[in-house]
Order: sequence, then structure tokens, then C-alpha cells
Amino acid sequence: MQLQQAIQELITKMADDELVIGHRNSEWTGLGPVMEEDIAFSSMAQDKIGHAWALYRILQESFGGTDPDQFAFLRNARDYRCCHFAEMPIGSYEFSLMRHFLFDHAETVRYQSLSGSSFTPLQHLAGKVKGELKYHTLHADAWIIQLCTAGKDSRRRMQTALDDCFQLAGGIFEPGEGEDLLIAEQIYPGEAALYQQWLNNISPVIEKAGLTLPVLTAPVYGGRKGQHTQYLQQLLEEMGEVFRLDPEATW
Amino acid sequence: MYGGGYIFDEPNGKQQREEQLHDDPVKLAAFEARIARGEKIEPGDWMPVEYRRQLIRLIEQHAHSEIIGALPEGTWITRAPGFKRKLALIAKVQDEVGHGQLLYNAAETLGKSREAMINDLLSGKSKYSNVFNYPAETWADVTVIGFLIDAAAIVNQVANSKGSYGPYCRALERICYEESFHLKQGHDAFIELATGTPAQKGMLQDALNRWWQPIMHFFGPPDKTSNHSEKLMQWKVKMASNDDMRNQFLDAYVPKIWELGLTLPDPLLKKNADTGKWEYSDPDWDLFFEVIKGNGPCNKERLDVRKWAEENGRWIRKALMREDEMERSALPVA
Repeated sequence: MQLQQAIQELITKMADDELVIGHRNSEWTGLGPVMEEDIAFSSMAQDKIGHAWALYRILQESFGGTDPDQFAFLRNARDYRCCHFAEMPIGSYEFSLMRHFLFDHAETVRYQSLSGSSFTPLQHLAGKVKGELKYHTLHADAWIIQLCTAGKDSRRRMQTALDDCFQLAGGIFEPGEGEDLLIAEQIYPGEAALYQQWLNNISPVIEKAGLTLPVLTAPVYGGRKGQHTQYLQQLLEEMGEVFRLDPEATW
Repeated sequence: MYGGGYIFDEPNGKQQREEQLHDDPVKLAAFEARIARGEKIEPGDWMPVEYRRQLIRLIEQHAHSEIIGALPEGTWITRAPGFKRKLALIAKVQDEVGHGQLLYNAAETLGKSREAMINDLLSGKSKYSNVFNYPAETWADVTVIGFLIDAAAIVNQVANSKGSYGPYCRALERICYEESFHLKQGHDAFIELATGTPAQKGMLQDALNRWWQPIMHFFGPPDKTSNHSEKLMQWKVKMASNDDMRNQFLDAYVPKIWELGLTLPDPLLKKNADTGKWEYSDPDWDLFFEVIKGNGPCNKERLDVRKWAEENGRWIRKALMREDEMERSALPVA
């Protein structure tokens, strides 16, 4: 794999993760357990979808890719590179909150590393995004700790959510083809390094919350190779429902 | 959004009269003089029982309208065509929920808790703007809501922001500021369809035809049938009559709709050059009251969503209240 192609793969998987999890976050509109959470999930959805848009624009501008709307709304599921974790339906609030916690810490680590990337467009974007992510992880950490320390019932729910999420979260760090090139060219440090840093970052919060960190035995891979859950297909059909009515029209 | 011009009230004239008898006439006169001078009434100030009751009713229904109003558009966030529309719609709906929060806070200053208001919403005791009991069937509906319902709401809210109760006015000033951006977005999306492909234009015309009656209902029944407006207008709780607000809306927006080559499903709709007032067919007011009673196309669906949120969020709200076992730090919002 050529370096150029490896960079595009990296950007595509990041963007697809952001778009799909942004879509999921936006599904909490009107359903949040308190109005403040409704607003928080909407706000995070905007950030995620905005990041996806910015990443697709890098593909377009730096690699002659297609228009971001066309690229995001018209691809087939097998051409997406998001992880299964992002695809999963919103489920219960505790599942969505735990996903938000695990995913946003992973994003933070990724964008922090990219702020030193040798690929300038990503370096610039990362500088902006990591500032926003600080608030996402602050939000996640506070809610996790608060709910976990509010009694046995809520801690039990949060532990179940963590157990349900953890192998899926491992899928964020699925090794990609061409990773060695990206590491060698100092584009980013590679998935294994990001995973270690992520564990270092989430562990103190997990401990403070009184939760038990599961062991990563069977990370759910496949998304980065275009193998997806049934949920992605449904999500894409919904997302493109209006756009596909006439992809040449402006909306 | 969306106050909705019409404030629903259970007919209970006897109770009102008895309550009013308890108001100290000297204090009442001083209170009314303050309002006549244009002063704002603040939470700790003396106020007539009926003033408090009507304001709670008004602000509470406005707050409910914001959070229920987030639902018909909210279901289109995931389907919005393209990044620009998607981001604008999420931001807008998020604002609406935020407006709900501001308004519940304003109503709480009058002595009714947010929880009690939500319970009354779920039990059907407390109402919200009728317009949200209609389905948003296509993307064009989202643009009609974003342009015309928001525009109607602004007419109502700008009027109310000049009312007499300080906390409500201040909340409305901020809300109106944000609503003006929503209106721009709605107008932009509406024009995109109106000037788009024949299919897009057809979609928009269809949505407009379906929404016109709910829009005409929006400001409430004609003044000639309104039963308790006078006192509310003297107290600056209600700031403009239903017919006046409807006329103001028609005057500002019907020409804009016609200019785009769209039609409205009312053959009698025209501006009377002599009176300067708009003439129109009476919308079906029996239907309006049926929908208020809970028999509209989406009443059950809307409340079911809120009930789901309340039931599934109960353990979380309970966990937040257990101060003895949790850190006392305030939770940040993202």
C-alpha cells in the first residue's frame, strides 16, 4: 500500500466513525433522561458530524476525492470503514453514556497524537478538535463517576454497560493495512500505541467510579475492512433517504 | 420555537372568581398601576393569585411546546440531506430543548416545579401548541415548520417579550434572538426546495397544503369567541389578540410564499385594500378543539416519546438526587 492510500484509509475510518457515532448521538434528541443530557448529546453530535465533514473535506482537497455530501451519503455499507462500536444502536442511556466515555477518550488520544502529525492538514484539524474533545471527556467522566457513586443499582447498570461495550471498544483500535508506513512517516503512532495510551487514560476514571475494567480478550474487528453489522445498513438507508431522492439536486 | 398563540385553560370560572376575591384591593390597585407604568413584576413581588396562575399556565405551555416541538423535526435530523442541513437542524433542535429549559426555569420562579409541570404534561392536564400534533411526513415539512411555524412563533414571542413578568420577558428576549437564526435557516431550506427541481417543488407545495390549516390554527380561535382576554391584556400577560397576531403573520409571510410561485389552499385568502386586514376562510375550529382534547394525528405518539424518556430516565434522575452518596460538584454539560 502506498503512503497516500494509507493516509486516506486513516482519514476515512476516522471520518466514518465520527459520522456514524454523531448520527447515533443525535438520536437522543427528545429522549434524554434530563433535558441537560438531551442538549449535551445534541451538542456532541454536532461536533462529531462537523469533524466528519472536515475530514471528508481533507480527502476531497488533498487527494482529489469526491464531494463530502456525495461521499458520506451515497457509499455502500461495505465501503464504510467505521468500527462496529459506532454502529450499534443507542440502546439504553447507560450504554450510550459508556460508549461516549470510551469512544471520546479514544478520540482524544488519537487527535492528541495527530496534533504532531507530519501530514499538515490532519495536524491543523487535530489542534482544533482536541480542544472540543476536552469537554466531551470532561462530560463523560463526570457522569460516569456521578452515576457509579450514587448507589448499587446505578453502579450495577454502569458495570453491565462497560462489560457490554468493552470488546466493541477494542474494535476502535483494529490494526489497519499500511499502518507501518504511517508510523514510519510519523503520520500517527499506530493503533497499538493509541490503545495503550487510551487504557492509561480511562483506568483512573474507571477506578474512581468503582468499576471493574474487563480484559480485552476478543476485540470486535472487521469494520476497518468493510465488514459491518446489520445496523450500519439500516443507518445508511435512513441517513440517505432524502439525499438519494435526487443526489444531483441541492437540498 | 414556539409559544403558540393559544393558551389552553380548563373552564373553571367559579374558582377564578373566588380566588380573585382574596386579593387585597389596595395591593391589586398598586400592582395594576405598576404594570400600567410599564414596570416588570419580579418573582418576590406581590401579585394577584389569578395573575400567577395564568402566567404559570402560559409559560408552562410554552415550555412544553419547546420540548414537544423538538420531536417532529428531531426525527428528521438523521435523514437531513447533506452536512449543512444536518448540522443546522441539530443545532436548531438543541436550541429548542434549551428554550424549554429556560422557560421551565422561568415558570419555576412562580412556584411550580419542573417535575410537576412534566407530570402534568404527561397526564394530559397541561397542553402544548397544537401544531405539534401533526406529522412531519417529508423533508419539505421540515422546511415549512422551520420557516412558517417558526415565523408564527416569533410573532407571538416578540409580543410576549414585552409583557409584564420579568423572568419570562428575559427568557423570551434570548429565545427570540436564537429564533431569528432558526427562521433564516428555515427560510433558506424552504427557498432551496421552492427553486429546486420539479419534484422538490411538488414536495414543498404538498407540505404547504397540509400545514396551512394548522398554521391558521396556530394563533388560536378568533377574537369574537375568546372569553378571558381582557384582564390578561390589562395585566400584560397576553400582549396581542389572536386575530391581530394572525393578521401580522399573514401580512409578512403570504406575499413571500406567493412570490415563490407557491399557492395556498384557501381561495378566499386576500388582503382587503380598504381595511388593510387579511381575509380568509375560517379554518375548522371544531377540529382544533378535537386536537386539543388529544384526538389529533400525533398526540399519542408525542406523549409516548416523552413518557419513554421519563420512564427510562427515572433511575438516572434518582441517582442524581442522592447527594449523600455522590460528589457535590455540579455536572458539566458538553
